[in-house]
Amino acid sequence: MLVVVEQFLNGLQFGLLLFLLAAGLTLVFGIMDFVNLAHGSLYMMGAYFAATFVAWTNSFILGVFMALGATLLLGVVLEFVALRHLYGRDHLDHVLATFGLILFFNDAVRLIWGPAGLVLPLPSWLTMPVQILPGVYYPAYRLSIIVVALLVAALLYWVVMRTRVGMLIRAGASNREMIGALGINIKLLFTLVFGLGAALAGLAGLMQAPILTVQIGMGENILILAFVIIVIGGIGSIRGAFLAAIFVGLIDTLGRAFLPDLLRMVLSSTAASTAAPALSSMLIYLLMAIVLVVRPEGLFPAAKR
Amino acid sequence: MKKAFWLAGIAAMALTQPATAGDTIKIGFVSTFSGPTAVIGNDMRNSFELALDHLGRKMGGKPVEVIYEDDGQKPDIGKQKTEKLVQSDKVDFIVGYIWSNVLLASLKTAVDSKTFLITANAGPSQLAGELCSPYVFSTSWQNDQTPQAMGTYMTQKGVKSVFLIGPNYAAGKDMLAGVKSTFKGEVKGEEYTVWPSQLDFSAELTKAKNSGAESIFVFYPGAAGVQFLNQYAQAGLKQTMPLYTAFTIDELSLPLQKDNAIGVPGAQEWVNDLPNEENKRFVADYRKKYTGKRPSFYGAQTYDAASLINSAVVAVKGDTSKKDEMKAAMQKATFKSVRGSFKFGNNHMPIQNFYLQDVVKDADGQLSLKTVATIVKDDQDRFHQKCPMK
Repeated sequence: MLVVVEQFLNGLQFGLLLFLLAAGLTLVFGIMDFVNLAHGSLYMMGAYFAATFVAWTNSFILGVFMALGATLLLGVVLEFVALRHLYGRDHLDHVLATFGLILFFNDAVRLIWGPAGLVLPLPSWLTMPVQILPGVYYPAYRLSIIVVALLVAALLYWVVMRTRVGMLIRAGASNREMIGALGINIKLLFTLVFGLGAALAGLAGLMQAPILTVQIGMGENILILAFVIIVIGGIGSIRGAFLAAIFVGLIDTLGRAFLPDLLRMVLSSTAASTAAPALSSMLIYLLMAIVLVVRPEGLFPAAKR
Repeated sequence: MKKAFWLAGIAAMALTQPATAGDTIKIGFVSTFSGPTAVIGNDMRNSFELALDHLGRKMGGKPVEVIYEDDGQKPDIGKQKTEKLVQSDKVDFIVGYIWSNVLLASLKTAVDSKTFLITANAGPSQLAGELCSPYVFSTSWQNDQTPQAMGTYMTQKGVKSVFLIGPNYAAGKDMLAGVKSTFKGEVKGEEYTVWPSQLDFSAELTKAKNSGAESIFVFYPGAAGVQFLNQYAQAGLKQTMPLYTAFTIDELSLPLQKDNAIGVPGAQEWVNDLPNEENKRFVADYRKKYTGKRPSFYGAQTYDAASLINSAVVAVKGDTSKKDEMKAAMQKATFKSVRGSFKFGNNHMPIQNFYLQDVVKDADGQLSLKTVATIVKDDQDRFHQKCPMK
């Protein structure tokens, strides 16, 4: 039973991390109608910035905040210099341009930081496990990811649902032309949204960095999952992204955790051990396929245009 | 990335065009030069280039030309690159191959064309057994051997039970089978993870922790080894469940693993401090030529591959059409290996020692690997009887 609790937390942690990445993507896609494949590059840049700044300042917290600021700034500059000129164009142009950006960022990182990758070491107070229930120890750092991501989710909810900016963002998601016609500075709004999305991606990257390594192309695999999540959750919907991300995180982790044992009941032990990883990595895509068949607009679509 | 690749391709073509067959010794080199595991490919290339420097960039009196190809760690691309090297470049030898699944996909192309293939790392069990070929030699090991040595060590140490974790591909299966074949204690469970995309091992670590096993054995080459050690330490298991490894800690991953690697034993057929002259020269010259870098076992095996090829070419005085004579020369393994004693079994897999290695701080205050003990002497892989070659 305690194992189930722990595996559930593992799934939740992964899901919340995916949410941070997917939230930015769904905002940009939903509000600006812009397909940003380079979102994963911003995730990577967040991790590289954090590893660099933490090494410079010798402070984990300070370095992390500097990295967040740097990613936000990078997002704003990127929007201003390159992406702004693409809004009116076809989705295919977005894909081409942002794919180019992926290559640009990968090679830029190779030039600046070298091909070997970096590590982001944790301060000692985050490296030990903590007791969360009698007999259940959980890594402090993974627990802190859960807490931070939940706080960010709450903050996002508050900004989007309770503030004027949030109102504009929601209005933008349901009818872009109309809010432009009402005299809202849509360019500024877009820059803001893109910067926010970049900062969220950067946050996901830098939080993932101590668990994994900081390396070139680290954002590419996980970006696919982020796209799956916004498709499941409904494009442009933060609430949808939140629920879908947790759903995907749980399915992925619990699948990996319990599928091998379930399969062992029907298959031989070796066949089950090799079939289970393949099968569990398919579960997410299976879920997406089902959602697309049953509710093509996603589980929690943003208001209709 | 892509562009550099094209440029390299064009450069290679420009180099190959004017040469007429027979003037040069052509060697194709397939390894991973892009993505997170490119550090391994680079170390192999560095070591091969160093070996060529030591040979005066000539073999049997003829200049050597090497064509490097990137497999991107993908079996289908590795196969394409092998086909290209065999069919359009018409190379005399193919070397490299980090990954067992890439090698298995590429094998048939090389063997069918009777091109000598020297694997400098991958050692799938199939290749040692039913798929063995007169045209294939290994300067590394058969996958099972290194974990077998680790299993032997764990048994000697009195480890009672273990939980096994490894990646779900050809080598991962061989590695876990290898440790199981020699470990006399109880295997409490085994988990395979999606390779190479899965980088988060939280679910597997939780299972290991709750399995009741006393220790963990893992095989995670390249960056995955760094990630696994990070997560193992963060889960607080370093104090409670000792870790035993094969191909998880090496000179390439150590700068990233840092203190996480201290006290984690590994088995290996080559360690940088092996006390033979060839090895001292290899390690010293590598560190001189590539400042700030240290050779890994991947590099050592590739250096040996160059020496092996040289011995074959010298035996036929540069006439690479004499394939039978080259094969006979290689079977004798007369070249000086950086790991000291080295000979081939009937299946062209090495018969060699395996050592226990540990992480220590060296004279420069840097973490490095050190030989602690010899676990097994003159070990031959357990599939050689399945190989029809005598």
